[in-house]
Amino acid sequence: MRTSRLAREPLPWLALGFAALLLLMPATRPLFAWAFPDVDPPLYQGETFLSLWASHAVLVAAASLVSTVLAVSLGIFVTRPEGREFRAMADALATIGQSFPPVAVLALAVPTLGYGALPTFMALTIYGFLPILENTIAGLTAVPAAVREAAHGMGLSPGQVLRRVDLPLAAPTILAGIRTSVIVNIGTAAIGSAVGAVTLGTPIIDGLIADKLPYVLQGAAVVGAFAVLTDQAFEGLDRLLRRRTTQMPKRNPA
Amino acid sequence: MIELRDVVKAYGGRRVVDGVSFVVEPGQVCALIGASGSGKTTLLKMVNRLIAATSGSIRVAGRDIRDERPEMLRRRIGYVVQSFGLFPHWTVEDNIATVPRLLAWPEERVGARVRELLTLLRLDVEEYRGKYPHELSGGQQQRVGVARALAADPELLLMDEPFGALDPVTRAGLRAEFARIHATTGKTILFVTHDMDEALELADVIAVIENGRLVQFGTSREIVERPATEFVRDLIGRAEIGLKRLAVQRVGERMQRGKVDGRGPAIEASSTLREALAHMLAQHTDRLLVRDDSGAVVGSIDLAELVRSP
Repeated sequence: MRTSRLAREPLPWLALGFAALLLLMPATRPLFAWAFPDVDPPLYQGETFLSLWASHAVLVAAASLVSTVLAVSLGIFVTRPEGREFRAMADALATIGQSFPPVAVLALAVPTLGYGALPTFMALTIYGFLPILENTIAGLTAVPAAVREAAHGMGLSPGQVLRRVDLPLAAPTILAGIRTSVIVNIGTAAIGSAVGAVTLGTPIIDGLIADKLPYVLQGAAVVGAFAVLTDQAFEGLDRLLRRRTTQMPKRNPA
Repeated sequence: MIELRDVVKAYGGRRVVDGVSFVVEPGQVCALIGASGSGKTTLLKMVNRLIAATSGSIRVAGRDIRDERPEMLRRRIGYVVQSFGLFPHWTVEDNIATVPRLLAWPEERVGARVRELLTLLRLDVEEYRGKYPHELSGGQQQRVGVARALAADPELLLMDEPFGALDPVTRAGLRAEFARIHATTGKTILFVTHDMDEALELADVIAVIENGRLVQFGTSREIVERPATEFVRDLIGRAEIGLKRLAVQRVGERMQRGKVDGRGPAIEASSTLREALAHMLAQHTDRLLVRDDSGAVVGSIDLAELVRSP
């Protein structure tokens, strides 16, 4: 039954499909030429989609890594006895972030940081930070009081309670925050091309400026597919994590 | 084993534990009983320093608890929390192995100890070792909680309302288990309860706490026979005080030896007088034969003797 289980697992197929989309984009030329006879050339002619995707992915990955490290550290700090005073501030920060559109962050970053990849990186880092912070705090405070008390009462040191009890139990919630953050940032990074970052948004922006619709479609298709693929990867990671922490999955895949 | 001297815990100006002193001897079971908010749980948690005393001293096995790091102290005191508090992401085996692993026992010794404890708590080793807490019933979770507390063979066991979160049937079963485990291991146990029946059944000595103060400390029998205050009388239950007194005396203490004639319903000498009375009511008789542990009839007990004071 191995083969059928593998066949039902969507992630490898999605990854394969996405790789095909990146590499075989030039082969779609006749399709776009037929659909948009007025546009010449019918296919985006700048950098290859593979290299656009690589730079897009690196930008998102770098920003997400930085915001994850910062947000998880801050989340841990404000839920320890030493950092309790800063808890209200962190909560407020996380809430404000949720009501602030990512494009606005980008718009605010340009005047201070100028054009290019740097303002985009900063905007992604700042915006991505907030959902992770919120979920880290939520996950750590949801650890049952009896479990923490038992851990302390058994003689685990505060560091051991954090590493062996708090973080493993909060992990699925923290991961959900990282997932939200990364998915939003994949979309936001595309807008970064408006301020000069090289991303999968570049064909979209160029297409809009030059009034060449197929470029917009080509860029949007790849960004969308990338977001779906990444989301599925997180889904798999979440299942793996829950299996290891053996908590019943919260959502039914039905 | 435990020596409390003038222990005080104050939050702001309010004293939730107010000058409590008593001594629990090695091997004794001591119940801390009182109403909700009386400070009994606070007092329990002060013994393993989950809560720091404001003043006074607590000694465990002759050593002042402030003389060592709290983690080290806690590893030699077993602790059972009210709502089980098992680590949900660890198997039964890993839960029980918590303290032995903190103490860096070799893994073979840990495994052997886990098997020994599961057997002691009557949980099938192969069936339960690899299960996760959410796969267990409340009673089984509490057994695992007790096994975890006993794992590193602590000198003292602290239990915070150990039967509080269980249904009455499970609770009765686990109380019997508690008595058996105490008889087997001989541990000193300090446990919190708000149920006087539980305290009378399980404890050698009872500390009654009211508003943070110790109002009476004594054996179960002293408490029922000479309640120090109205509050203690209330806890015992005024209307049933006679029955409670019967519950702390054994048939063997009151039976008439030797005088055996005829046949009829019988009871064990180790049963309580309360059980003897219940038996008489059920059998519609005013006289029971008494058997010893071997089953031989050694005497009899009459209703008239049973109801005679004290």
